[in-house]
Amino acid sequence: MSATKRVYLDHAAGRPVEPLAIEAMLPYLKSSCGNPSSLHEIGQQAKRAVEEARSKIAAMINAEKKESIIFTSGATESNNLAIKGVANRKKDRGLRILTSSVEHMSVVNPCKFLTTKGFETVFIPVDKYGFLNLESLQKELTEKTVLVSVIYANAEIGTIEPIKEISKIVHSKNAYLHVDATAACGHFPIDVKNEGIDLLTISSNDLYGPRGVGALYLKEGVRIEPLFHGGGQEKGLRSGTENVAAIVGFGKAAEIAKKELQTESAQLTKLRDRFIDGLLKPIPYSFLNGHPTTRLPDNVSVRYSFIEGESMLLSLDLKGVYASSGSACASKTLEPSHVLLAIGLKHEEAHGSLMFTLGRNNTEEDVDYAASLMPDIVNRLRGMSPLTPKELKT
Amino acid sequence: MYTEKVMEHFKNPRNVGEIPDADGVGTVGNPVCGDLMTIYIKVKDNRLVDIKFKTFGCGSAIATSSMITELAKGKTLEEGLKISRANVADELGGLPPVKMHCSNLAADALHAAIEDYYKKHGKGGDVKK
Repeated sequence: MSATKRVYLDHAAGRPVEPLAIEAMLPYLKSSCGNPSSLHEIGQQAKRAVEEARSKIAAMINAEKKESIIFTSGATESNNLAIKGVANRKKDRGLRILTSSVEHMSVVNPCKFLTTKGFETVFIPVDKYGFLNLESLQKELTEKTVLVSVIYANAEIGTIEPIKEISKIVHSKNAYLHVDATAACGHFPIDVKNEGIDLLTISSNDLYGPRGVGALYLKEGVRIEPLFHGGGQEKGLRSGTENVAAIVGFGKAAEIAKKELQTESAQLTKLRDRFIDGLLKPIPYSFLNGHPTTRLPDNVSVRYSFIEGESMLLSLDLKGVYASSGSACASKTLEPSHVLLAIGLKHEEAHGSLMFTLGRNNTEEDVDYAASLMPDIVNRLRGMSPLTPKELKT
Repeated sequence: MYTEKVMEHFKNPRNVGEIPDADGVGTVGNPVCGDLMTIYIKVKDNRLVDIKFKTFGCGSAIATSSMITELAKGKTLEEGLKISRANVADELGGLPPVKMHCSNLAADALHAAIEDYYKKHGKGGDVKK
């Protein structure tokens, strides 16, 4: 059975590629086969296209120059390159890495992997909103700390970290600050110079660019070891022939994101708050995850007590609304989201979470429709749940 | 991800509810793991004449609960004890591998309810209250 109405509210999982980005890519998929490393004109055309995209991405984050941008295959590679790259390069100075307890798995797992190679990783706690505990950061930061990796804004709960303050602390001990801006970039103004960021992860698809491409910003003077060894592309930090078409699309998407950011984020913030009200107000025992205002304009993370997220997702899916959940039951592992546990939720609360991420094409009608479905869904599932308190029984 | 049969039972679960004067009650799982099931049974002449469930959990937890009530209703207690997790999954046309362990607790809940009945009433069905 398929619903007639379809409302996509899972943009953190995947975004539609901006039509202008697709258009910009097409020549490099169809006829321009040049390799940017080739000396001849066809190769140089491709090189110019890659460099133009590099400039656009640098401009979006106010990088000092375009050469600070290294193209990768996406945010997972950028995070791995940043963390392993700094750790391996700096191991003579120290083996200690700090990160938050609300990072994406592509930060958590490289940090854990490094502990099997003699490094030491400390996961710094966060408060109930997901803000990094700065006192704890200060305490754990030693002379032997080479890297601190912190997420800019949390993809699951939307909370935006105080990067500038974190940077001051990190730099007081001469460690590098890596920031995973996958969810934030393009939706929130980022200025690497002003905020004191040494390495920054950027994802193309999260800006409505194509998948399979991303970037790592490296501040001038920051030295890292590459993950790949080969032909020496990307200043020797990412060997392999450049994915020219995807890079061009990524550049176009970054250009649009920079231009549209202010208007778009104001619109989305309005839509977000309308949606949050619509989801929570009519239903008792419902809560917002993350901070109410210091949050991404596109993130709506809520939880309903006594019921489980996947069964809510399935119920929404049947009505043509597509979302995500923080529950183990909708994931590959059996644990609920570590992010939701880190902000202090009990397991059963984390299991009852639903995450919606808005996109630039969503309308008030979309979010009103999705919100209008929740009372019936929640009541039906609560009616089946042995955890539902008597006062809610109808 | 789920078979049509699973979705059908998820959408229209059979025998949801509680039996206030149940002869046996079995609860398995833990909300911490994301699955908690309670099965209520009513027994007459060694048969499961009524059975209801309450479940907190994912789609497959709800579908397996619903399925077990269908499979067990009208059966003798001995037959009820023989219904396995695999039977429930097979009747639903299979479950995703990750769900086989965590969300396929319905058979355990039924067995727990029957054991509870035996504890209260004795194996022969004599009331020991």
